[in-house]
Amino acid sequence: MKIEFWLNGVKRQEEIQPDTLLLDFLREKGCYSVKRGCETANCGLCTVLMDEKPVLSCSTLAARADGKKIVTLEGMQEEAKELGNFIANEGAEQCGFCNPGFIMNIFAMLKEIADPTEEQIKEYLSGNLCRCSGFVSQTRGILKFLQYKKAQEEA
Amino acid sequence: MLKIKNYVKVNSLEEAYELNQKKTAKILGGMVWMKMGNRNLATAIDLSGLGLDQITENEEEFVIGCMTSLRDLEINEALNTYTGGAMRESLRHIVGVQFRNCATVGGSIYGRFGFSDVLTMFLGMDSYVEFFHGGRIPLTEFVNMKKDNDILVNMIVKKVPLTVCYLSQRNTKTDFPVLTCTASLVNGCPRTVIGARPAKAMVVEDTQGLLSGFDTMNREEKTQAIHSFAEYAAKNVPVSGNMRASQEYRSLLVQVLTRRAWEAVGGVSDEN
Repeated sequence: MKIEFWLNGVKRQEEIQPDTLLLDFLREKGCYSVKRGCETANCGLCTVLMDEKPVLSCSTLAARADGKKIVTLEGMQEEAKELGNFIANEGAEQCGFCNPGFIMNIFAMLKEIADPTEEQIKEYLSGNLCRCSGFVSQTRGILKFLQYKKAQEEA
Repeated sequence: MLKIKNYVKVNSLEEAYELNQKKTAKILGGMVWMKMGNRNLATAIDLSGLGLDQITENEEEFVIGCMTSLRDLEINEALNTYTGGAMRESLRHIVGVQFRNCATVGGSIYGRFGFSDVLTMFLGMDSYVEFFHGGRIPLTEFVNMKKDNDILVNMIVKKVPLTVCYLSQRNTKTDFPVLTCTASLVNGCPRTVIGARPAKAMVVEDTQGLLSGFDTMNREEKTQAIHSFAEYAAKNVPVSGNMRASQEYRSLLVQVLTRRAWEAVGGVSDEN
């Protein structure tokens, strides 16, 4: 079957099998930031944005991307670099496997909640699991990133 | 592994209904549960092009399209105002935002899953399922009906006077619930729902009328009635054990959550 969609801002037409998962499809197209983790819809490693909303690509058929705008970390390199530095500086980047999903969901959160509290951050990111860092340093990194962005806006 | 031979994004409910009459066809919801099993589908029916992902309301009711995501339910202001935040409470613990953006209300309700927070919450309100051919059926009836080949189109929640509290117990955040509980006064009538027993949610029949006239009781009477009813529920709600909790633990939880939920509904919890 044929689908037409936007991948990281570029309109594409692709031929897919009806049961292809979005995760496999995106990796086939070179989006290696999209990681296969638990495959039980629990870990958030495969998070991508579909029409600006974060979804689990391991549980979404590629067919559902038809007519939609899909964004992976490859489409947010600049923004991700800035945020990623804050996360790394707080020691939250250990194996780094969860980071792409984490960062995509942080961007989704900031679209929904302009100035989230620590509690809101923890709740919004509860679907992103990290086996290394225990979330404390990640939360610290996000809060520092938010402070930095606020200071930039005010300046 | 899920295998699909044909994928049809239907243009009408009639088309979906016709396709769904074959045993090897299935309606796709959010896919988060379906993709976990080993299935071979000759035809996967996708309703996502029919605009059934909206929540609308009029003076009498909320109409929630079957393809509405759990996240949209969770952040819907009108539903949360109506339920005093219970709707959000019933959903916010389900895995993560990304999961709830995928999972649909139709998939959650139609599946009548034992672990369903959604089913427990909707049973605590004056809710109906609306089928393409079968029309409207009270959710309290639907929950015990056999699965057929009709198509769940909408969930309906009547805007009757409602006071409701939703509680769940989990071994760890984002896990399946060990027990779920809704206590509500639906148009003044007490209703208690227990889910994740681990069997599907059930309305607890108050055969002894322990909560009758609950809304007119004074504080002391309410406290007494709540304690009696919580004990009654623990004795009469069938629960069993599984890898998450034993039967004994679940029975204790039935009592505790029922008491706490009714205390919140009656405004007699320790915090008040």
